[in-house]
Amino acid sequence: MTVLDADRRSADRRRVWGRVALYVCAIGAALAAAFPFLWSTITMFKQDQDLYTKDNNPFWFNEPPTFEHVSYLFTNTEFLTFVRNTVVVGLAVVAITLVVSLPAAYSLARLVGRWGERMGIAIFLVYLIPPTLLFIPMSRVVSALGLHESLWSLILVYPTITIPISVWLLMGFFKGIPRDIEEQAMVDGYSRAGAVVRTVIPLVFPGMVAVTVFAFTLAAHEFIYALSFVSATSEKTISIGVPTALVRGDVFFWQSLQAAAVIVAVPIALVFNLFLDRFISGFTMGAVKG
Amino acid sequence: MFVIETRGLTKRFGDTVAVDGIDLTSTEGEFLVLLGPSGCGKTTLLRLLAGLEEPSEGEIHIGGTLMNGLPPRTRKIAMVFQSYALYPHMTVHRNIAFPLRAEGIDKETQDQKVRWAAELLGIDRYLNRRPRQLSGGERQRVALARALVREPNVFLLDEPLSNLDAKLRAAARDDLLAFQRGIGTTTVYVTHDQVEAMGMGDRIAVMSEGRIRQLGTPEEVYADPADTFVATFIGSPPMNLLRDDGHIIGFRPENFRPASLIPADQHPTLFDFHVNRAEYLGSDRYLYGRVEGFDEHTKVIARVPVDATVLEGATHSFGVAATDLRLFDAATGLRIEGGRQ
Amino acid sequence: MSEQAVADAPEQPPPVRARRHLLDNERFLAFGAMTPAVVYILALVGFPFVLAVVLAFSDVTVGDPSLDLVGFDTLRQVVADPVFWQSLRNTLVFTLVSNGLVVVLATALALILTKNFRGKWLVRFLVLLPWTTPVSLATITWLWTLDSIFSPIDWVLRQVGLIESNVIWLGHPKLALASVIVVHTWRIVPLAAVIIMAGMISIPGEIRDASDIDGARFWRRTLEIEIPLMAPIIGVAVLFGVILTVTDMTVVYVLTRGGPTNATQVLSSWAYFKGIEGGDLAQGAGTALFLLPVLIAVAALILRFARRRDVL
Repeated sequence: MTVLDADRRSADRRRVWGRVALYVCAIGAALAAAFPFLWSTITMFKQDQDLYTKDNNPFWFNEPPTFEHVSYLFTNTEFLTFVRNTVVVGLAVVAITLVVSLPAAYSLARLVGRWGERMGIAIFLVYLIPPTLLFIPMSRVVSALGLHESLWSLILVYPTITIPISVWLLMGFFKGIPRDIEEQAMVDGYSRAGAVVRTVIPLVFPGMVAVTVFAFTLAAHEFIYALSFVSATSEKTISIGVPTALVRGDVFFWQSLQAAAVIVAVPIALVFNLFLDRFISGFTMGAVKG
Repeated sequence: MFVIETRGLTKRFGDTVAVDGIDLTSTEGEFLVLLGPSGCGKTTLLRLLAGLEEPSEGEIHIGGTLMNGLPPRTRKIAMVFQSYALYPHMTVHRNIAFPLRAEGIDKETQDQKVRWAAELLGIDRYLNRRPRQLSGGERQRVALARALVREPNVFLLDEPLSNLDAKLRAAARDDLLAFQRGIGTTTVYVTHDQVEAMGMGDRIAVMSEGRIRQLGTPEEVYADPADTFVATFIGSPPMNLLRDDGHIIGFRPENFRPASLIPADQHPTLFDFHVNRAEYLGSDRYLYGRVEGFDEHTKVIARVPVDATVLEGATHSFGVAATDLRLFDAATGLRIEGGRQ
Repeated sequence: MSEQAVADAPEQPPPVRARRHLLDNERFLAFGAMTPAVVYILALVGFPFVLAVVLAFSDVTVGDPSLDLVGFDTLRQVVADPVFWQSLRNTLVFTLVSNGLVVVLATALALILTKNFRGKWLVRFLVLLPWTTPVSLATITWLWTLDSIFSPIDWVLRQVGLIESNVIWLGHPKLALASVIVVHTWRIVPLAAVIIMAGMISIPGEIRDASDIDGARFWRRTLEIEIPLMAPIIGVAVLFGVILTVTDMTVVYVLTRGGPTNATQVLSSWAYFKGIEGGDLAQGAGTALFLLPVLIAVAALILRFARRRDVL
């Protein structure tokens, strides 16, 4: 009897210590991950005198916080232009990607039988060829096409990255939808194309959302192509605009710079966090066969 | 050996009550079946016994010792899951040895016990294989060996036969029963299949909505159901239930026979049975129809020997012997003792 | 359509022909649907890839844009430069060390995030920041955190008395290398953790229950049951991390520009400096080509892992 009581107590104790350890690790992980951003958030509201005094406590507002550097970002720099450019590129790339990937993914999942797996692997291999290998010949192609210095260069080239992944992802979604649904629609009188559009496409909607998120993320993240193709400030995206345009010579407008980083980082992370569970199931659906 | 006892056992998940104040006592060495449809709480009850869930209210005693708050490993129980839950990356030998390793038993004794359990279940030649190389039946036996090797006081089995082919199931049932009789360990067995329950259980706890409707031997739950739920859940086809004022009259299809075949000293109650359809099943015939004087939508089934003269579309006089007639309260569904209409 | 033919002339084999016609039609449709994607990829990936190889065997520069083939001369020049070897070594070191750390940290993070606790949503949000933020901007926050004068890390270390004057994180070669590794690891852990969490879903809950009943406590269960079952997906996650690290030039570019004096240069950043900023397209392309062997090895490994789990 007493042995079991001791067991009960030690089990309770272990449970409590386990929870404590969990919270400690979770908080530790959160701090380790977000520490630079937390520091940047404080920085962006700091006055110059406060910030540029070496011995001041960096985590505290020794002078009252100010909004001037944040508004500087919006009024005196091309930050908003960068945002606009990124959004434009994102939208265009989403459109091109969906138009090209949906039919390809569908036919790979449905009609091509055994080839489907081989093509899937081929697509994956294409995805593995990185921009850092192709950027030099690509910049030649881009100038040959006269798209140098234009957003169109990015709109043209980014789908080479989004299409392989989108086809792979959508393929997984399509495979998860039983053929019966289309066949039923065809029996009911629609042509194959009509059947697909009416029945299957709505069901892969989550996949399309994933593709959209991915394309916008790419437009905001991508660096080397943007850096190689575009040098005119008015045509830059956020990714290259902020590090290059906000650094004038060796003078860093640190507060505005950090403000830009935080302002872009937070909404994207919010969106991802909201959709994380869906994202995970989308990945596993694309990953698990059928 | 060990007796399981629960007192007022309740488990809530948020607003749902999965197990509702269950008092249950099992006798030593018995094969106790928890039977009910999905969602009735049988699996939750099993998991409470195992210690995988903690009760919201109530107590669990095994062998006279209070088990509340104790983790599974200290309860000296073993469990076999529906999917067998074998560790896919380990060999059969390591699977079976795992609980022994967790207890810190030395390697030699481990090997001895693994071999003993494996031989008992006839899987000793698979010791070096991985689960994915085994058939469903073989995997089940590995799961049993893993449970057995801990020499537990209670076996908990969660629908272990439902993943097997129908053909294998009957043989597996025999083997499982023989195994349990040989070991003599108290076993709690969960299933939704009433044929399985009837065939295997020493006693059956028929459950629905978190409560035990009746706890009894197969004969008891079949012939003397405690309420209309048990009456219709047990037996295939289910007991016929006819509503009449504040009562419900119940009788099993095989007890519903042509009046001419029932001797007078059994005091049969007679009905006019209009037969809509007859099914010939080789050894019996099932007659589907309705009874005059009761709700015309209530289907009534009779099971008659093949040579009985019964015509489809005709109305015959059928009867139920007094001892075969059951009476239930229409409002509560509970059985009313004795008496007939 | 040819049922009519069958009814009229039962001697003919039209049914067979009819089926083959239908199949042809379907296959035509299928290939048609794939064409835009295939054309896009061939034109904008296949062709530049070939061009990259061609450029590496040419002497094209911004000043001399004519495509003259020079055999192995350009490649010899590339390989003769000591910075190239520095870059190659750095690429490998960064990749191996970062991803080694990622394996451990991402697995731990995945295990943490699959438990339930208060404030989990906030923790997840904070933990996602390093990866969801555009690479260049995330690196900028580190640029500031590691600043030679104003770094808060240095401030804390000075307050505590561990150091006298600031550690110049990005100025000393060894420290700069460490800093780049930290940034890479920091970025990739969230992504790897998400991939691992996705993989963990396919581990049935009953196995965890069974190990509870079998008496396994936390460490035994985690190390002997959960992690071995997670091994394939951890492998996939790390391989993705490897690709991200090997091909990265942004972190290096923004954080150190490859400095101090090429101490943190990697193949892709060196290719950029040579090819775009330096104008020597041929050498740039040649340098970048050395990424291929690593990528091929990684691709082969991913395919092997994936096949085992039927991921692809």
